[in-house]
Amino acid sequence: MSLVQVENLSVRYGAKTVLSHVSLTVEHGEIVTIVGPNGSGKTSLLRSIIGAVKPSRGRVTQSSDLRVGYVPQRLHIDPTLPMTVARFLALPGGVSAPHLGEALAQAGVPDLSGAQMSRLSGGQFQRVLLARALIGKPQLLLLDEATQGLDQPGSAAFYRQIETVRRDTGCAVLMISHELHVVMSASDRVICLNGHVCCEGTPEVVASAPEYRALFGSGTMGALALYRHDHDHAHDHDHHYDHTEAAE
Amino acid sequence: MLDDFMMRATLAGVGVALAAAPLGCFVVWRRMAYFGDATAHAAILGVALSLALSISVFAGAMVIALLMALTVNLLTGRGYAMDTLLGVLAHSALAFGLVAVSFLSGIRIDLMAYLFGDILAVSRMDLAVIWGGAALVVGLISWRWSPLLTATLNEDLAHASGINPKREQLVLTLALAITVAVAIKVVGVLLIAAMLIIPAAAARPLSRTPESMALVAAGIGSVSALVGLRAAYIFDTPAGPSIVCVAAVIFAVLSIAGSVRTSTQ
Repeated sequence: MSLVQVENLSVRYGAKTVLSHVSLTVEHGEIVTIVGPNGSGKTSLLRSIIGAVKPSRGRVTQSSDLRVGYVPQRLHIDPTLPMTVARFLALPGGVSAPHLGEALAQAGVPDLSGAQMSRLSGGQFQRVLLARALIGKPQLLLLDEATQGLDQPGSAAFYRQIETVRRDTGCAVLMISHELHVVMSASDRVICLNGHVCCEGTPEVVASAPEYRALFGSGTMGALALYRHDHDHAHDHDHHYDHTEAAE
Repeated sequence: MLDDFMMRATLAGVGVALAAAPLGCFVVWRRMAYFGDATAHAAILGVALSLALSISVFAGAMVIALLMALTVNLLTGRGYAMDTLLGVLAHSALAFGLVAVSFLSGIRIDLMAYLFGDILAVSRMDLAVIWGGAALVVGLISWRWSPLLTATLNEDLAHASGINPKREQLVLTLALAITVAVAIKVVGVLLIAAMLIIPAAAARPLSRTPESMALVAAGIGSVSALVGLRAAYIFDTPAGPSIVCVAAVIFAVLSIAGSVRTSTQ
């Protein structure tokens, strides 16, 4: 069965409806990306999957004993709260030392366990968040704009890390991203959201859908160009940045 | 041993310091300082009511502190900013408390004793209540430590780990009400927030993890109680404020030392 099944979900904040009649499923091992303009309900959708938002209609069903790893959009740690990376990773359940090292290595930051969270750079911080999400050996990884505040090489590297994690652990990934040109190529499936599901399918199908073009306009062409570029030619991944910059 | 009033005062001060330390850390991390203040102010209404109804001051103060904290929890995010809401509720409760006290004909009560505490008059019974309350608070917070810490970091992170941040907030609220109720006799309504915040803030520069900060805060609070009482005895100064003064001096020294160390690194 699916890892997560969202059926006919509606979410309201007071009088404002942010999501109406959204249905989607996430299957084992697939990378699904949610794209959509600001205020389209992307974060609300993710928050209702983790149970932080109560649906006003419809329901969210998780497969039994589903292990979820969640990387929030941003995390502010108050400067009065002392916190080492190792302590942060052990919250709330506790973790063994080898397990901790493994998660940090998977997230690409093997040497940080003794550092203070407040001293990390933006990129290191996001990877530590990813490591924490990986601690529980999740079957489903939820990422809410996990590369916010990173520069383009930084976020491209971050998404490559996600693909590596998926390859190594087999977990499914459901993520929100603004960086269409980066995530389109990495996704198995794209869901275009604007309060409701506008269109969904493989990246190529979505990128050429009229609903998607209506929402994202000319930016779409760049994304599509890069997408095709990535897949039509044999290429060296090390030159990825060059391609990205050239496409803009 | 407990026959000596100084001994009882010292034990009372240390008991409150131990309960206030871990709770105070959460108050600082979650920026709830004003919340602690408001709960404490409301307790004066509880004192007045318990005197009028001839019930224990501890019980009255705790019930009102708890009601106050729950009301604030309930009303936040409904149109008024948190600090406005706390300002309205805290000072109204304090004012109603003071007015209610004046209606208590026949009973002469020393209001100063509740505003600033009367640690030198702590009885054996008070001591039992203080240490019982302190044990309850420390037990409650140790039991919920990891979920509380996770919810303090980020509510969504807590949800994703199957923790309900609202319930954890309730645990803190309950602990706060108990602490306020047991600390009234020791430092009084006006200085309770000082015992919560100052030792925790002073412990920050010395700490690398949340746990060490709570332990160091407990140490600083206890030292403040010991030294403050001694100083009050020697210089004939009011005991509760003397304890807070010592804590404040420790805070100042550690903060300056901390910033010097950071700037020379």
